[in-house]
Amino acid sequence: MSETPQPKAPISVFLVDDHALFRAGVRTELDSITDEVRVVGEAGSVAEAVAGIARTKPQVVLLDVHMPDGGGAEVLRRVRTDLPDVVFLALSVSDAAEDVIAVIRAGARGYVTKTISSKELVRAIARVAEGDAVFSPRLAGFVLDAFADRPGSAPISDPELDLLTPRERDVLRLLARGYAYKEIASELFISVKTVETHVSSVLRKTQLSNRYELSRWASDRRLV
Amino acid sequence: MDHVQEKPRTETGMPLPRPPGEGAVVPAAGSTLAEVDERPKMYRRRSSRVVAGVASGLADHLGIKVLWVRATFAILAAFGGAGMVAYGLLWVFVPQRRREETEAPATPREKQQAIGLLILGVGLLVAGGAITGAINGWVAVPLALALVGAAVVWREADESQRRRWRDGARSGVAGMVLGGGGWSAAIRILAGVALVITGIGVVVLRSGSLDQVQFALLAVLATLVGVAVLTVPFWLRMGRDLGEERRARIRTEERAEIAAHLHDSVLQTLALIQKQSESPKEVARLARSQERELRGWLYGPSGYGTPEKKGEDRSVAFSQAIANACGEVEDTFAISVSQVVVGEAQLDDRLTALVLAAREAMVNAAKHAGVDEVSVYAEVEPTAVTVFVRDRGKGFDPETVSEDRHGLADSIRGRMERNGGTVRLRTAPGDGTEVQLEMPVKADSGGTR
Repeated sequence: MSETPQPKAPISVFLVDDHALFRAGVRTELDSITDEVRVVGEAGSVAEAVAGIARTKPQVVLLDVHMPDGGGAEVLRRVRTDLPDVVFLALSVSDAAEDVIAVIRAGARGYVTKTISSKELVRAIARVAEGDAVFSPRLAGFVLDAFADRPGSAPISDPELDLLTPRERDVLRLLARGYAYKEIASELFISVKTVETHVSSVLRKTQLSNRYELSRWASDRRLV
Repeated sequence: MDHVQEKPRTETGMPLPRPPGEGAVVPAAGSTLAEVDERPKMYRRRSSRVVAGVASGLADHLGIKVLWVRATFAILAAFGGAGMVAYGLLWVFVPQRRREETEAPATPREKQQAIGLLILGVGLLVAGGAITGAINGWVAVPLALALVGAAVVWREADESQRRRWRDGARSGVAGMVLGGGGWSAAIRILAGVALVITGIGVVVLRSGSLDQVQFALLAVLATLVGVAVLTVPFWLRMGRDLGEERRARIRTEERAEIAAHLHDSVLQTLALIQKQSESPKEVARLARSQERELRGWLYGPSGYGTPEKKGEDRSVAFSQAIANACGEVEDTFAISVSQVVVGEAQLDDRLTALVLAAREAMVNAAKHAGVDEVSVYAEVEPTAVTVFVRDRGKGFDPETVSEDRHGLADSIRGRMERNGGTVRLRTAPGDGTEVQLEMPVKADSGGTR
């Protein structure tokens, strides 16, 4: 449901990134290419972000993963209990899987890389604003990796949450291969709606799962 | 005692290297300063030393012949060992010349004289002691033994040890004492220690019964413990200072390394980009290759941000090989290749073939699809490794590919099938192309980890 009906109030967006230059760039791009989103504020540090988000109450926060003082995960921890309606989209150059997974586990609805085109960024913002999850191919890869059944990973404690169903795995694989929802749907002979359901359930499992302790998993990954 | 000495660096006859003209011109410009400068700071010599380089250093310092200095020490030794004591004190407190500085070499004759004077000094010491009755004959021999042993140990530990301490202890105690001198140094130290123990042992044993020995040992032990306890703050401070200094040095080195790397990579590339700003394609190519390099440097398997793993397997991993292949294609064809790799495996013949086939598939996509982005997805499973190379470009009809196009047939399909893998192709005109490569993993190599 990425095509939103046009006559609609713009989605309010708050930018959190410790690089002023990057914030300015995103702001200019978002303002220039579309009326769909409106940047209502920005912040360069965890404390500023917490205060700014509480003040402006945006619909979507674009959240940098790597920041001093605890990074995006810290912002999420401090804001989420007070403002459960604000959704977060992680935006990062980071290649370190544990950073990204940490933000997702802390409650972000998706993750995109900073090389994303502005049009796709707007689409992603619209999607998380509607409550859908946004998995970039890279995030899909990270999640597949985290849920992989490999020797040395943490023992399963809750099979309901700690395993991906074959279908979820298929969806995730296709996401990692760069397929759009529509293409995944036709590939697997299911509806787009079902794809969305699978993606949401993968996100929920990633956030709730005991499948791995993060640090443990991260060190597993580095070990290989 | 034999010598393990570096060769003198130059053949200059001057005792000390000094700026030309100094001393000859200076006096008018502040005479006190000139006077201070005229007498160089005293250092023990490094080359041409017989025991510890004290005498020659003193000779350099005073500007007289080393022979006279040595003779003086020898004669002074007769007076209750004053010469020996003076020599020992100077040894302890005068620093050794740095390695880089040049020194005048000693002639063999000088050395002979020095050894002669050394023996003479020891003889005078013993004789003087015997005449004045300060030391009995039976004490003199073990005492001399102990002194010689101590001198050997000191000489060996001397420079290397203390220089190391100053530079921030980097190695263990053994390393400090041995000072990298190897086996000969170790043997000399052991011999020295044996001499000291023998000397002390003889003195102690001769002095009376076993009870007294025990008492003496106890007293010595108590004294040592007392001294150690009293100096605890000093040791603590020294340890802290050394640790702090070491940390500071590591930080500085690290900063320098990061700065150097950023200069060599990022700044150079930015400069290039400024020059190439007319050509967006070239700018994108430069930026992409720089991003990839920096990313690898920061987050890669052997990257800067990755904690070091002991006993890490240095052989190339599959994910690294795929990343390299993607990077090469990006650079050669100025397109962007986004890659996602799940799982990891060590590279073997089959996986190498798989990577090469995947690379060829990327090249095909870059050449024929007419797009500027190609997706690569690789997954390592326990039984097989799969790679998908996908573009959203023109696509083609596999039936119409002419016979002379060898890329797909040989480089991809042939290579995969020779190694037991399979290729699946999905394409249609206008629909993009996806090449799916699957290579079974040998049972013993285990695939994932």
